[in-house]
Amino acid sequence: MSTSDSTSSLPVTLDSINPKVLKCEYAVRGEIVNIAQKLQEDLKSNKDAYPFDEIIYCNIGNPQSLGQLPIKFFREVLALCDHTSLLDESETHGLFSTDSIDRAWKILDQIPGRATGAYSHSQGIKGLRDTIAAGIEARDGFPADPNDIFLTDGASPAVHMMMQLLLSSEKDGILCPIPQYPLYSASIALHGGSLVPYYLDEATGWGLEISDLKKQLEEARSKGITVRALVVINPGNPTGQVLAEENQRDIVKFCKEEGLVLLADEVYQENVYVPDKKFHSFKKVARALEYGEKDIALVSFQSVSKGYYGECGKRGGYMEVTGFSPDVREQIYKVASVNLCSNISGQILASLVMSPPKPGDDSYDSYMAERDGILSSMAKRAKTLEDALNSLEGVTCNRAEGAMYLFPRINLPQKAIEAAEAAKTAPDAFYCKRLLNATGVVVVPGSGFGQVPGTWHFRCTILPQEDRIPAIVNRLTEFHKSFMDEFRD
Amino acid sequence: MSLKALDYESLNENVKNCQYAVRGELYLRASELQKEGKKIIFTNVGNPHALGQKPLTFPRQVVALCQAPFLLDNPNVGMIFPADAIARAKHYLSLTSGGLGAYSDSRGLPGVRKEVAEFIERRDGYPSDPELIFLTDGASKGVMQILNCIIRNQKDGILVPVPQYPLYSATISLLGGTLVPYYLEETENWGLDVNNLRQSVAQARSRGITVRAMVIINPGNPTGQCLSEANLREILRFCCDERLVLLGDEVYQQNIYQDERPFISSKKVLMEMGAPISKEVQLISFHTVSKGYWGECGQRGGYFEMTNIPPRTVEEIYKVASIALSPNVSAQIFMGLMVSPPKPEDISYDQFIRESKGILESLRRRARLMTDGFNSCKNVVCNFTEGAMYSFPQIKLPPKAIQAAKQAGKVPDVFYCLKLLEATGISTVPGSGFGQKEGVFHLRTTILPAEEEMPEIMESFKKFNDEFMSQYADNFGYSRM
Repeated sequence: MSTSDSTSSLPVTLDSINPKVLKCEYAVRGEIVNIAQKLQEDLKSNKDAYPFDEIIYCNIGNPQSLGQLPIKFFREVLALCDHTSLLDESETHGLFSTDSIDRAWKILDQIPGRATGAYSHSQGIKGLRDTIAAGIEARDGFPADPNDIFLTDGASPAVHMMMQLLLSSEKDGILCPIPQYPLYSASIALHGGSLVPYYLDEATGWGLEISDLKKQLEEARSKGITVRALVVINPGNPTGQVLAEENQRDIVKFCKEEGLVLLADEVYQENVYVPDKKFHSFKKVARALEYGEKDIALVSFQSVSKGYYGECGKRGGYMEVTGFSPDVREQIYKVASVNLCSNISGQILASLVMSPPKPGDDSYDSYMAERDGILSSMAKRAKTLEDALNSLEGVTCNRAEGAMYLFPRINLPQKAIEAAEAAKTAPDAFYCKRLLNATGVVVVPGSGFGQVPGTWHFRCTILPQEDRIPAIVNRLTEFHKSFMDEFRD
Repeated sequence: MSLKALDYESLNENVKNCQYAVRGELYLRASELQKEGKKIIFTNVGNPHALGQKPLTFPRQVVALCQAPFLLDNPNVGMIFPADAIARAKHYLSLTSGGLGAYSDSRGLPGVRKEVAEFIERRDGYPSDPELIFLTDGASKGVMQILNCIIRNQKDGILVPVPQYPLYSATISLLGGTLVPYYLEETENWGLDVNNLRQSVAQARSRGITVRAMVIINPGNPTGQCLSEANLREILRFCCDERLVLLGDEVYQQNIYQDERPFISSKKVLMEMGAPISKEVQLISFHTVSKGYWGECGQRGGYFEMTNIPPRTVEEIYKVASIALSPNVSAQIFMGLMVSPPKPEDISYDQFIRESKGILESLRRRARLMTDGFNSCKNVVCNFTEGAMYSFPQIKLPPKAIQAAKQAGKVPDVFYCLKLLEATGISTVPGSGFGQKEGVFHLRTTILPAEEEMPEIMESFKKFNDEFMSQYADNFGYSRM
């Protein structure tokens, strides 16, 4: 047995693990989801015990788990790269499109030894970065340097890398939108920094006011916090707003003036549903202002998980880092190298997303049909759910201009708030749990994302297939009515 | 004027302090030379497929089918895929909630974790709980996650072997902890002496360090030694007495090149020791699809298994895993296939065994070839590679060479390795990247270059080394600055 010496170490218990781990939270896969999973298990043997026969997960942007199909061309190329001897078989031409075979050859030629099972360069395979850089240039009209690109296992690890670099202590702060996707709050907590909130304005479609940014910045500084970066999620998560170009210009100028790194989360860049808004990358906006490498440090994040491709399980993504000095770049490279490299299949997919089939390619027509089908369906579902939510008593819901979510505000009656308090639960979590138990629909309470104190929201994805939406709307409407009947003041 | 956010000076110190030589100075120089057209033999990282090892056929067939499930609907699919690969692809797809493109459970697909648990049980003869197995994007990510839970501040120390695979030193640095070294004995075949452990711990504690965990790499990297059962028992007893978490890096468990010390898992030894110790020692074991005879580095597939970790701690580890959403699903399928490979009654069995055996037997031959090759060189002494994928010869640098290195502003083994690179194109990692005793120099190379190319590579090395040694010889040789 150990000597109970005060210097002897404790085994790893809850009391002795890293407090930053204890502090961080991630509601997207938090308590409500755990309850849902237990219900789902129980449903298997206890169907009659519940007023619903299945759990519908609307908590997470995971399109292919709800029936969305992958883009065929992308998967053809990936399969050929996984099993390259297919390319030597004559039967393959009958099973795969011609351009997918061509693209696979092209990609394999960019991989040393055609070895898709080998660790690559720590920033990702050079040829694939060339393709991505070309894709960025085609999108923006401004050049991109493949050496600025770091391919990662999804966008999330790239965010972590930047937080690690920027945060040395609690005195380092990152400006984050409220509401925000809780990767940011969790990552900041894990890396021991401080989250400096700036509030998006629900009344003006989740608008971002520079004056509010300035105010929050000054306040943080007066408390001795060195604010290092500004996070902007565009299109927004959970809020779905697409920034107006002028707004983006103001943000870029603000970052330049205040010496902040701009962390631009642009993973929903292909998800825009309204004709009056368009996605503009922050890189484009900055360059159009004639801001170059010396003017602004900008990190732009993209992912294969969202858009119309929805390839969450592949874990593909990248960050484009511009405006950094070489010695800082070296440090980023070094951190990336400790993990050796991101998964090759994800790297290939990222390059495909940034350079999909073009007019004239064999797969172009079918690719466009798949893509347009998915995006128009998303726009439709976004509208249907938005209207349904707005029809509920005491509920207002801003339109989803982009991304994959609706973030309705519920005006909870005082009785409900008291019941929640008695149950030792946050009011919005109380509502969401009741919703789950009555309908089987899983959503995430607004407190998981941050909200103006005293307001309550939940985030619901727009991803269940179109034919399921009416049933979801009915169940939700029925539940809400009975909830309000129970708790109405 | 105040520092801008990303000025070098204002970066997180922990980032600046961390080092990872495997892709450091030598590798960068080698990459430069390669761009200039020089033929480079990269032996700096355990990356088998990059040196010509072919992927096993069966797993690639299965994953390709999972990647493109519409193939399964095609009546002609049986013409280019064997029936068992088709069946397996359907099996793994059925375990997912939407194929390869959907996030899985943050811990990995339950069905795959069950297969991993069954594998562990078959291997060790003791039960394994799938709920305590987490799949990760490579074993490295798992190591980082666990160390992140353990290290609270600079006062927390982690016992790490010297020499070690620098993932450990780099991660401890990044997390702001303290590395507590314990030295392996080169003259005892890189053996582990528990007295060295005790000494290291005592020293650390006297400096106010709380030693929290111990890392063992078995088989060793870069050293290759396979721990004996007796050694493992000692280590477990030590961890129990000193209340340390044991982190068992077992990623090379398939790579064994001698028969005296086959691989035995830390978990098995712990269970064999029985209660109370089997219920007290906190153990986390790591494995991967990157090494062994699979060598699927680029997939980024790994897992860790937790033993005797309290439920609420497991919850916290799960919470952190959930922020990363899920490990990549393709690699999870590779892991499933690795732990439940084709059986004798399967169509693909013969080919699978032939391919696997071919790789392992060749590795065994190359381990011997390299060891002998190094030992035939002047001033070079090399322990036999009992396991893993590396050779770690000791280079006895003469004083004149050390002096020349100093004048060039380089650490002596870096100086040697750079010269080796420029002369022969062989890209290695200097021993200083792994840690070594003061004044003793090594380099790490892999045993992975193709067998046909080995004799030439070893000749090339010998020529360079013997010339180098003559050049910098004491007394009777001439010295050229």
